[in-house]
Amino acid sequence: MKLLNYTTKYFAAILLFALLIFTVIFYFQMLDEIYDSLDDGLENQKILVINRAKKDPTILHKTSFEDGYYTIHPTTYSEIRNVKDSYRDTLMYMLNEKDYEPVRLLETAFRQGDHYYKLKVITSMVEEDDLIEDLLYSILWLYIGLVVGVLLLNNWVLKRLWRPFYSLLNKLKNFNIEKEQSIDFEKTNIEEFQLLNLQVEKLLQKSIDSFKAQKQFIENASHELQTPLAISINKLELLAEKEELSPKNIALLASVLENLERMTRLNQALLLLSKIDNKQFVEEENLNIPEIINQIVYDFSDFAKHRNIEISISSQDAIQKFMNKDLAVILFTNLIKNAIVHASLNSIIRIKINEQKVSIENESETGKLDHQKLFSRFYKVNTRKNSTGLGLSIAKAIADKYGLALTYTYDRYHLFIVDFTKNSQAT
Amino acid sequence: MKVLIIEDEEEMLQNMKQTLEKEDYLIETATDYDSAFLKIGVYDYDCILLDISLPGKSGLEILKELKKRGISDGVIIVSAKNSLDDKLEGLHLGADDYLPKPFHMAELNARIKAIFRRRNLQGDTFIEIENLKIDIENRIAFIEGEELLLNRKEFDILFYLASNKNRLVNKTALAEHVWGDHIDQTDSFDFIYSQIKNLRKKLKDHQAQVEVKAIYGIGYKLVSL
Repeated sequence: MKLLNYTTKYFAAILLFALLIFTVIFYFQMLDEIYDSLDDGLENQKILVINRAKKDPTILHKTSFEDGYYTIHPTTYSEIRNVKDSYRDTLMYMLNEKDYEPVRLLETAFRQGDHYYKLKVITSMVEEDDLIEDLLYSILWLYIGLVVGVLLLNNWVLKRLWRPFYSLLNKLKNFNIEKEQSIDFEKTNIEEFQLLNLQVEKLLQKSIDSFKAQKQFIENASHELQTPLAISINKLELLAEKEELSPKNIALLASVLENLERMTRLNQALLLLSKIDNKQFVEEENLNIPEIINQIVYDFSDFAKHRNIEISISSQDAIQKFMNKDLAVILFTNLIKNAIVHASLNSIIRIKINEQKVSIENESETGKLDHQKLFSRFYKVNTRKNSTGLGLSIAKAIADKYGLALTYTYDRYHLFIVDFTKNSQAT
Repeated sequence: MKVLIIEDEEEMLQNMKQTLEKEDYLIETATDYDSAFLKIGVYDYDCILLDISLPGKSGLEILKELKKRGISDGVIIVSAKNSLDDKLEGLHLGADDYLPKPFHMAELNARIKAIFRRRNLQGDTFIEIENLKIDIENRIAFIEGEELLLNRKEFDILFYLASNKNRLVNKTALAEHVWGDHIDQTDSFDFIYSQIKNLRKKLKDHQAQVEVKAIYGIGYKLVSL
């Protein structure tokens, strides 16, 4: 639920509750005030009637209301000895309403001369149910008005107030640390949002910095390793040229050299990965994909022949894709090399190229590979000693860079597909 | 042949020096911009091996200065940075070649020889070892004047080994040179062996006075019989 709706919901609930209490209190206060006022009026009329009775004794025998608002009954002292002014509600037939309606009645007694009289004065009264109904309706309207008001307020004022927040939220949603974009924060006068923007900016900057530092670190570390590796390999090569070495020592040297070369390959693969990540392959051109793949297959033909693997290529005419040439070569080299290395001896690797995709299919003794881990760094199916475990993750990094979908499926054959249709020309 | 090595890493410098001295080149060394130009001012060099990342002014500065002075020594950049930008800028500034570290000595050797050939256009473009003669320009090998029929790979192997004659050529270096940089991550270089085998047979059939000798586990060497 959105923040705006939350505030509206709470406002509505609080308003409903507050208005209910308010209505009850208001109702009783109102009623009290009305009674007070009616009773004051009745008391006044009582005095008027008593005064009038002094001047005009005939009214002392007015025993029914009929056309008046009071009745007087003669009574005895003993009866009224304890009578005080008493107000009460009663019903009376109203001609205009043709119904019994509530009236306020004052019952009192007075003495005139030696006689005692009981006096009843009435006044028509507010109809309680009408009052409640009216009150209820006005409160309901008030409530609806307030809720609508709150809604409008929310949608207009709050939305305006919270705009920097939503803009920040939106920008964070679209933020991608790998795209090296900076966020422009919307200017705001609201202190909290200023603080929020400031803190988010700091946080983002920190993440971007450490992300960059991490990438830079891998690149620098790989760079720094190149020189000692070069020195060691070259020194061993010089040593190997010395005539006095026994075959045993040569074999020892060969093994050290082999492992140093393996380390070099690993290092170069890491360097390549971080270079792809660091976007150091800028130059792009229209490439003829079948031509590149044919060249790669040619380069690997001796290697494939050695394993007695046949590579068949079926391709449509020149298919042009806009990519960096080195990266395109590395992408397809890694996939084809992967297929040759893992293919069963004496099998066929089928490469199909069309406008939409390149698919590379090979047979292998190993069953289905793990989708999840296949493209992750240092994933190895078997511990081939010369594998860096980085070839497919490099291919994946290149595919990602160009927004190509690189997928793997298994159905008796291992099938890798580079799908160009999803080429969104990213980066 | 005079070669100047500009490299700040002492051990790297010694490696290159030792390996090139075996080719009977005259080697001078420098470790930074200033010492480099002390040497360059005095002699003309046939080839300069230049490290990009030097303390103080970088190797690219040296290239700029060389270009300004109109010195057209054959420059090979040797760099641990293997960065495309450096490569492009270096070549743009007049460097002849770019060799990323780590490299094999055999490769360094071959590249320097290529520079020498390119710079002495009128000079011979043949390599002669005993009765083997390689016509580099036309990519033909002869034994006693008779053409040796080789396929592309066999010729490349022979040419590479001949460029490094009597030197041990690491099989990785050979594979990368002949089959391309991307071959290096293949399982093994056993596939090289079948080409070597064919080459050996052809050399033997023509009674060549050279042979390709295998140095167990490391690589091959072209030696006189």
